[in-house]
Amino acid sequence: MAGVAVSTTINGDAVEYLCQPDETLLEVLRDRLGLTGAKEGCGTGDCGACSVIVDGRLVCSCLVLGAEAEGRKVETIEGMAHGDQLHPLQQKFLEHAALQCGVCTPGFLIAAKDLLEKNPSPTEEEIRFGLAGNLCRCTGYDKIVRAVQDAANVMKGA
Amino acid sequence: MVEVTLWGSLSAVAGGKARHEIEAKDIRELFRKLAEQYPGIEPWIDRGIAVAIDGTIYRDTWSKELPEGAEIFLLPRLAGG
Amino acid sequence: MNFDPRFSGRQFASVGTRPIRPDGIDKVTGRARYGADFNMAGQLVGRVLRSPHAHAVIKSIDTSKAEKLAGVKAVITAKDLPDLTDGDAAMYDILDNCMARKKALYDGHAVAAVAAIDARIARQALKLIEVEYEVLPHVTDVDEAAHHHAPLINDQVFTEGLEEKPAKPSNVTKRTQFGHGDVHKGFAEADFVVERSFKTEQTHQGYIEPHACVASVNADGTADLWVCTQGHFVYRQHCAQLLGLEASKLRVTSSEIGGGFGGKTHVWAEPVALALSRKAGRPVKLVMTRDEVFRASGPTSATSIDVKIGAKKDGTITAAEATLRYSSGPYAGSWAEIGAMTAFACYKLENVKTVGYEVLVNRPKTAAYRAPSAPMAAFAVESAVDELAKELGMDAVDFRIKNAAQEGTRASYGPVYGPIGIGPTLEAVKHHPHMKAPLKANQGRGMACGFWFNFGGQTCTDLNIGMDGSVSLAVGTVDVGGSRASLSLVAAEELGIDYSHVKAIVADTSSLGYNDMTDGSRGTFSSSMATISAARNAIKILRERAAQTWDIPVEDVHWEKGHAIAKGEKYGNLSPLSLKEIAAASGKTGGPIAGHSELVADGAGVSFATHICDVEVDPETGSTRVIRYTVVQDAGKAVHPTYVEGQYQGGAAQGIGWALNEEYIYGKDGRLQNAGFLDYRIPVCSDLPMIDTQILEIPNPNHPYGVRGVGETSIVPPLAAIANAVSNAVGVRMTHIPMSPPRILAALDAEREG
Repeated sequence: MAGVAVSTTINGDAVEYLCQPDETLLEVLRDRLGLTGAKEGCGTGDCGACSVIVDGRLVCSCLVLGAEAEGRKVETIEGMAHGDQLHPLQQKFLEHAALQCGVCTPGFLIAAKDLLEKNPSPTEEEIRFGLAGNLCRCTGYDKIVRAVQDAANVMKGA
Repeated sequence: MVEVTLWGSLSAVAGGKARHEIEAKDIRELFRKLAEQYPGIEPWIDRGIAVAIDGTIYRDTWSKELPEGAEIFLLPRLAGG
Repeated sequence: MNFDPRFSGRQFASVGTRPIRPDGIDKVTGRARYGADFNMAGQLVGRVLRSPHAHAVIKSIDTSKAEKLAGVKAVITAKDLPDLTDGDAAMYDILDNCMARKKALYDGHAVAAVAAIDARIARQALKLIEVEYEVLPHVTDVDEAAHHHAPLINDQVFTEGLEEKPAKPSNVTKRTQFGHGDVHKGFAEADFVVERSFKTEQTHQGYIEPHACVASVNADGTADLWVCTQGHFVYRQHCAQLLGLEASKLRVTSSEIGGGFGGKTHVWAEPVALALSRKAGRPVKLVMTRDEVFRASGPTSATSIDVKIGAKKDGTITAAEATLRYSSGPYAGSWAEIGAMTAFACYKLENVKTVGYEVLVNRPKTAAYRAPSAPMAAFAVESAVDELAKELGMDAVDFRIKNAAQEGTRASYGPVYGPIGIGPTLEAVKHHPHMKAPLKANQGRGMACGFWFNFGGQTCTDLNIGMDGSVSLAVGTVDVGGSRASLSLVAAEELGIDYSHVKAIVADTSSLGYNDMTDGSRGTFSSSMATISAARNAIKILRERAAQTWDIPVEDVHWEKGHAIAKGEKYGNLSPLSLKEIAAASGKTGGPIAGHSELVADGAGVSFATHICDVEVDPETGSTRVIRYTVVQDAGKAVHPTYVEGQYQGGAAQGIGWALNEEYIYGKDGRLQNAGFLDYRIPVCSDLPMIDTQILEIPNPNHPYGVRGVGETSIVPPLAAIANAVSNAVGVRMTHIPMSPPRILAALDAEREG
């Protein structure tokens, strides 16, 4: 199989790679680029652990082909902090203990970032439905929702 | 001398008797004497028996002393999540 | 070991505070490395071929075409994993479960595996393996399997625990019995008797991270295994035994673990990855797909339970009896036994009898799932207790308070309780504002109690003090939910220093002595005990170094708030030496300062919880929403209260999923119909309300700080609490879990038709 040459932007950096036509963006990120922050929990778009943002749209990277990233802007968990300055969501997840095992956390942070960019003052219900595409088996979501509420307040004040 | 109570299934291999008076200073000696008296118990000991001494469950501390007059109960060793 | 584990009732400086966890930053930045996030030079991709049949003889396996495919480096079958279990029946079952030997025993049972240079070639190679099966009749339902007409899964199984050895083999591997008193006499004394039968379906632990490992076996018999596991020392034992390796030459590193809940307590694919690596001569990475996780790992038992409870008019329970049948997959288990022990553990009973039957079925090998077996037994018992309270005209909470076990009660499973928390959780629930909140139409409230044993076990910890006075703590219990934070707090507490100067890690199997796995809610209980012991050993050395510096007897040096203090008027002019100062001088006073501890942390305190739940049921669709939920549980002592709350909330959420949605659905062909998160639906954020928690602290007398395990008990009451709430909302007793919309509609229809 001939590889597909892709030029794209990941977390603000220009990136080029060759991938197979049937290779997912998640496989490219994890296996070719070493960006293992996005996790494969299901491979069928049901768990959200592989969430990334492509051109401002929240997607499951297991359902996007690597070739589809051509000419687009991809945001992953690895680009969420600015240097050693954590994003308010990252900080609030830590303060509220909104993670136990933490394997769903990158996906939740990306989904929550997307949510707050589109709706800076979500109600509890809007947060719950906004994050309904991400599965967490440890926390019961309580502390995740509280962390997102707290982060929204901080970000509004900033 | 301590009085030891076996759980239902174990008492079946110990002559159908639940309560046994045994001269034993610690868990190790208790197991040894039980196995001497009822050889059928040996495979159960190999698989794991927990000992409750006054309500506290000991699974591995075979050197644990059995205080005179303590309430001693044998239980299967269990799995957890 | 001169360590005194008894509770001392001290005041705490660090324990009970809520700092940020040491591994947190890696987890919010994507840097934390889980099972699938590790790679080795030259590594191959491993994939497993699985049986499509629920029950079939493997007549032959032809791997020749797969072996010839370019890029394939190894193909293995059961022949490459010879039986080295030496009569150890439990290990033989694990071996057979890793790779079927003569028969495929469930849909998804591994029959062969390949290692290839990439995933595409590996998948292609699986298609080239030709397996000839002779399909056999199968059985997946627990009640059908227990019937004497059922297809036999193993004709060598004769029910154990019967008075006489049975003449014929059976799918029932074992009968167990617990109890005391005389239930016949007890029922004769009862004014009211409730007798009901219940069923619960099989669920999966549902960890978000699939099983994953990287295995590397060298020609000299040394090997490395990187793996997500709840117990890397246990995995080392299992893998070394099954592969014929020397345990000390197999180094197992536990990755960060993306959830386990009991499902990562024994090996599944790790021996296969090691065998592939050994054959290929290269490292092999093996990651299960979600479909494989559902079909071939986990799950818990499906159950069928009969309960009978009798009481006098004044509300005193006179007798209680239960018969419990639990599926264990195609291999013998002790799951009904645990159900039989826990079923009535919350109550003070004169006459009680429980009988458990372990039942083989053509489903995956049952694994522990958070307080394994207790939630189903509690569902049956607590439903019947509610029914009985109703018949007596008593409040459900008051009825339970009247019959609750207390210190000195003989537990239904045998021993006499020490100080326990069932009464206090019930009193807290009785006075909780949740119990008085108004309900609307179609809404119902339920409550239920739960019990779990909690375990301790073998534990080993190293505490090393750096020359700058900072402390590294190496533990051997895998951190599944924040225990590194709790254990750092404990080290800080004992040494008298600030939490920020302690860094806890989980050490690999070559760096630390053996540890039992993180199961039975033992992680923080056991490792905190070992940490306290290690810290006290380090303090002894710190005192010796101070004594040497001052040239005074060590008996005169005390340790207070992170400082060595010379006690006695003659030392009035000696100012205290801080841990930092002693550490800085350590090179000149005898070298590195460390404290080690190897112990068996026995004496874990039993734990009780009571939950309250409000639901709203849509009578048109049968769909149920949980609208309010409260957990009250005894923690002994909450070391890091936020993570204790997290355990309470997480257990409740898993229980809610089990109660309302989750179940394994098998077709008539014995194949699993819903092996994915779309059709096996675990609760999502929009399904749940906030989960309120109340931590009670009834100290465990067998831990210096009073700690009890907290991880598991929270999943025990929800099935029953929700069933009671739904039953109260719709006016019909729900007896089958999960209470999915079709089951609720069917119950409503049946009631209407009378």
